Amino acid sequence: MVTLTAPETSTAATHQEAETVDASSAGAILDTFSVDLAGSPVRELNQALHNAVDGQAWTVTTPEGKHSLAVGINAHVTVTIDGHAGYYAAGMHQKGDVTINGNAGVGLAENIMSGRVHVKGDASQSAAATGHGGLVVIDGNASARCGISMKGVDIVVGGNIGHMSAFMAQAGRLVVCGDAGDALGDSIYEARIYVQGTVESLGADCIEKPMKAEHLAELGELLTAAGRTDNPANFKRYGSARNLYHFSVHNSTQY
Amino acid sequence: MTITSEPIPAQNMPVPVQDIPASDIAALGLRESSTFDRATIADIQRAAATGVYDIRGWGAKRKVPHFDDLLFLGASMSRYPLEGYREKCDTDVVLGDRYATRPLHLQTPVTIAGMSFGALSANAKEALGRGASEVGTSTTTGDGGMTPEERGQSKHLVYQYLPSRYGMNPDDLRKADAIEIVLGQGAKPGGGGMLLGQKITERVAGMRTLPVGIDQRSASRHPDWTGPDDLEIKIGELREITDWKTPIYVKIGASRPYYDTALAVKSGADVVVVDGMQGGTAATQQVFIENVGIPTLAAIPQAVQALQELGVHRKVQLIVSGGIRTGADVAKAMALGADAVAIGTAALIALGDNDPSYAAEYAALGSAAGFYDDFQDGRDPAGITTQDPELASRLDPVAAGHRLANYLRVLTMEAQTIARACGKSHLHNLEPEDLVALTIEASAMARVPLAGTSWIPGAK
Amino acid sequence: MCGIAALQLRNPLLHPQMGSLLSSMMCQIVDRGPDSAGVAVYNTPGLVSPGTSTLSLLGKDQGVPLDAITRELEKLLPSSAATAVRVVGDTTLVSAAVGTDLLVKAVSETLPGSTIIGRGEHVAVMKSVGHPMEIAAEHGLEAMAGSQGLSHTRMATESAVTAGGSHPFSVADDLCLVHNGSFSNHATVRRDLKREGVVFDSENDTEVGARYVASRLQQGDTLEEALVNLGKVLDGFYTLVVTTADSMAVVRDPIACKPAIIAETDDYVAMASEYRALAALPGIENARIFEPEPGKVYTWSL
Repeated sequence: MVTLTAPETSTAATHQEAETVDASSAGAILDTFSVDLAGSPVRELNQALHNAVDGQAWTVTTPEGKHSLAVGINAHVTVTIDGHAGYYAAGMHQKGDVTINGNAGVGLAENIMSGRVHVKGDASQSAAATGHGGLVVIDGNASARCGISMKGVDIVVGGNIGHMSAFMAQAGRLVVCGDAGDALGDSIYEARIYVQGTVESLGADCIEKPMKAEHLAELGELLTAAGRTDNPANFKRYGSARNLYHFSVHNSTQY
Repeated sequence: MTITSEPIPAQNMPVPVQDIPASDIAALGLRESSTFDRATIADIQRAAATGVYDIRGWGAKRKVPHFDDLLFLGASMSRYPLEGYREKCDTDVVLGDRYATRPLHLQTPVTIAGMSFGALSANAKEALGRGASEVGTSTTTGDGGMTPEERGQSKHLVYQYLPSRYGMNPDDLRKADAIEIVLGQGAKPGGGGMLLGQKITERVAGMRTLPVGIDQRSASRHPDWTGPDDLEIKIGELREITDWKTPIYVKIGASRPYYDTALAVKSGADVVVVDGMQGGTAATQQVFIENVGIPTLAAIPQAVQALQELGVHRKVQLIVSGGIRTGADVAKAMALGADAVAIGTAALIALGDNDPSYAAEYAALGSAAGFYDDFQDGRDPAGITTQDPELASRLDPVAAGHRLANYLRVLTMEAQTIARACGKSHLHNLEPEDLVALTIEASAMARVPLAGTSWIPGAK
Repeated sequence: MCGIAALQLRNPLLHPQMGSLLSSMMCQIVDRGPDSAGVAVYNTPGLVSPGTSTLSLLGKDQGVPLDAITRELEKLLPSSAATAVRVVGDTTLVSAAVGTDLLVKAVSETLPGSTIIGRGEHVAVMKSVGHPMEIAAEHGLEAMAGSQGLSHTRMATESAVTAGGSHPFSVADDLCLVHNGSFSNHATVRRDLKREGVVFDSENDTEVGARYVASRLQQGDTLEEALVNLGKVLDGFYTLVVTTADSMAVVRDPIACKPAIIAETDDYVAMASEYRALAALPGIENARIFEPEPGKVYTWSL
C-alpha cells in the first residue's frame, strides 16, 4: 500500500508553516554539474534532474526561453538557470532550490509543493498557480493571475502583480512589495495577501483586514526569507470576507 | 392522493403537483399543457420559493437521439457470423501508445469515468477500483485528488488534471497509469464543477485545501493555460515530469467535437475522451445539464472524422462516454469509431445506487428508487454519493466492486455477442456499415443510413 | 490558436537584417501553429517600391502565364504605370504606379479567381499551408530587408486549414492584422459588417477583426481608436498585432489569457507570443522587456 497524499497537502483550513528547506540543510554540496541547453535537449536536463540526488548543484546555461525547464524536481538539489525561462519553469517543484537569473514565462513553479524557486527578473502570468507549499520569490514584477488557486504556497513579489491575482486563492500567503492590479483576491478562500503599494481594485469577497502582531510577524518572516528589507508596517492585509462560502440568493450577482 | 374540489394554493400544496396520478387527471377531464407540463410548473414553483437555480446530479433527463435509435445488421449470407461462445472475439484495447512509453493495455474497452472522491464516498471509489481491476479495465479519479483506497485497489488508474487542481500533486502524478487533462464534461461543457458544503467533510476539505463545510466552486478554465497552443506546452510539461512514460488523455465535453478533437490531437494528446450530454454529473445547475452540449450519438462521428482527417484514427484513441448502458451501446459506440467507452452513471447503479431496497429512505427524501438525483445533498441512502460516515459504511466495497465487475463482464459479453454476429473477431473491427438508424434524426447524427434505405440525411 | 512574432526596426542600419531577424523569431513560434503561416514585410526592396501600388496574390500559379497577366493588365492600366508581375515563393506580386483601388479593379477583372492577400504601397504579404519555416524559406524571408515585419503561425481552431485562412489579414492599404485567440461573437460582427457592404474572403474569425479595424480607420479612427473600439465590439480572447505603413500596435483582451511579450530598445520594438522568439535579437540583454497590460492599446510609429 502506498501513501498518496504528500505531507504538505494534508491540511486544509489550518495554516501551515512555509517549508523553506534548501540544499544546505540537507547536507553539503556533493557535486556540481552544468548543462548548456544550446547543445542539449531539455529532456536530458529534466531526466538528469529526476535522477539527481540530494546535495547536487546544477547550472543551466543558454535557456533562451525554453519551456518546462527543471520541472518535477523531487530532491534537495540546487539549480541555477542563467537566462530567461519559458513556460512552467520549475513546475510541480519539490524540495530543491531553483534560481532563475532572468525572467520566467507563464506558470512559473506551477503547483509547487515545497522547496524554493527564485526569479531575479519578472514572471509572466499564473506564477505559482495552484502551488501547495514552498516559497516562490520574484524580484521583479509578476503579471496577471499570480497565485491563482494557490493552495498553501508562499509568494513574495518584489514589484507589481497583474489583474486577477490570488483568484480563488485557498491557502498560503502572497506578499506584494509593489502594487496590485484589478480584482485582487477575487473569490478568495483562506489565503492571506499583503500589499505594500496600491491595489487597483479588490475582487468579489476580498476585503482589507487589520494587521495584527501575528501578521506583522509572519510578513516579516516572509520578507526575510525572500531576502528583502521592506518594512512590514507599510503593508496592508487582504483576505476573504467569507460571504461567498455558502450559496445565497443575496450574493447571486457576485458568483 | 385525492383531488379536492377546492383549488389548493400552490404554496400550500401538500404534495408536488406532478404526483397527481394520471388516472385522476383523465377522470376529471383535465388536459396537461405541453409547454407548462407538471415538471415545468414544479420548477417554476421551486425557483419562486428559493430564489436559487436548481442544482442536481445524474445528467440530462431530456430525451435525445441515442444508441437506442441504431440497429446492427447481423451477418447472414453477404457476411458470415462467428460461432457464438466458441470462435474468438477479442476485446482488449491499448490506450495511449502515440507518445507514451507505458501505454495502458486493458482487457475490455469499457472503462470507468472520472468521479471525484468528495462527490463519491471513499468506499464507492474503492469499489470502482475493485470492480474495474477484476475485469482488467481502468478507473479514473475526479476533482479532488487520488485516495489511497482508490489507488490501492485500481490496477489501472487514470489521474484527472482539472482546472481546480484540487489534490493535484507530483507524487500522485507519477503514480498514475494515465493522466486525463479535463477541459470539460458532457453534462456541462464550459462550466466548472461544484461540491456543496454537506459533502466537504474534514477529509474532503483536507484533500482540496478548503475550509470544512463550505460550498466549493471549481474553475471552468485551467489556471495556467488557455487554448491548444498553450495546451501543447502544458502537455509537454506533464510529459517531462513523468519522463514521457505516462499516457496523456484530453477530455472534452461534447459541443464542437470536430474542432476540439482535432485540436487535442494537434496539442499532442495520446487519447481523446469525448463526453456527450447524457454524461452524468454529481452536482450542476439543471439549466446547464439540460441545455448545454450535444448528444453522444452526434459527437462520435464528428470526433472520428477529425481523427481520420488527421490520419490518426486508432493511433490517437477515442474514448466515448455519456449514456452507455448496455453491451449494445458499447458495440454501437465502437462501430461508429470509438476505441473504448467510459461509464459513470451506469457504474454507480451497478454499485447499488437507486437500489429498490432503499425505497423507503428514498421516499423520505422526497424521491424514489430510480429517480434519486440529489447527489449534491450527500444523503444518498445507498452510501455512494455521500460523505456521511454512517451512510457511506452501508456500501461494502468488496461486494459492490464485485457487482460492478459482473456488470462490466455483461457489457463486454453483450458487445462480443453482437460483434460475432457481425462477423468480427475483434470488437475494433465493428464499423459504421454494420449499423442502420431507426429515425431520421439518429441517421443524420450517427451518419449511418436510415434502416432499409441507403439514405443518410445531410451526407454528401 | 497561434504564434505571433512582429518586429519594427527603428534603426535603419538594421533594415538589411529585417528578414533574418524575423525568420529567427518565427522559428521559435512554430510549435504554436504548425498548420500554416504568413508573413508581412514592409518597405522591402524588390517587393515594393515607393510611388507604386503592390498587390499580393495567394499562390504562385494564377492559371495564366505571368507575361499574359501583364499584357492583360496593361490593357486596363495607363501605359505609364510600369505594370509588373512576379512570383516570390508561393505568392504572386502585381505592382503598378497607379492607385491601389484601380490596381485591385484591374486584377479582379484579369484574374477573377485570384485572392488578394495584401495591398498597398509598402507591404508585401506571403502566406501558405505547411510548415512555417518551409514557407519562410520558400519566400526567401531570410534575405529580405525592410522596416517592419509581421509573422504568424497558425493552429486552426474553427475554420479550415487553408492558405486563405492564414494570417496576416491585409484588407486595406498597408494594413495587416494577426490574432492569437478566438473571438466568440465574430459571426454577429461579420453579419453587421456585411450589412454595411463589407465583403469577406474567408470564414476566419480574424478576418472579421481585420475588416472591423479597416472599417473604423476608414471612418476616421486613429489606429489606437480603432483598436479601442474593437474591444467594445468583439468579444472573446485575443492578442492582436496590427501594422500599418509606419506603425505597429499590440492589444490584448481584458482577460488577457493569450500570451504576449514585448522587447523595446533604441533600435527596435519586437513583440512575440513567447520570450524564446525574442532571445536571439541583438541587444536583447539590455532591452526593456514587458508584457502588454490587459485591454491596453500600445502603438509605436516609425
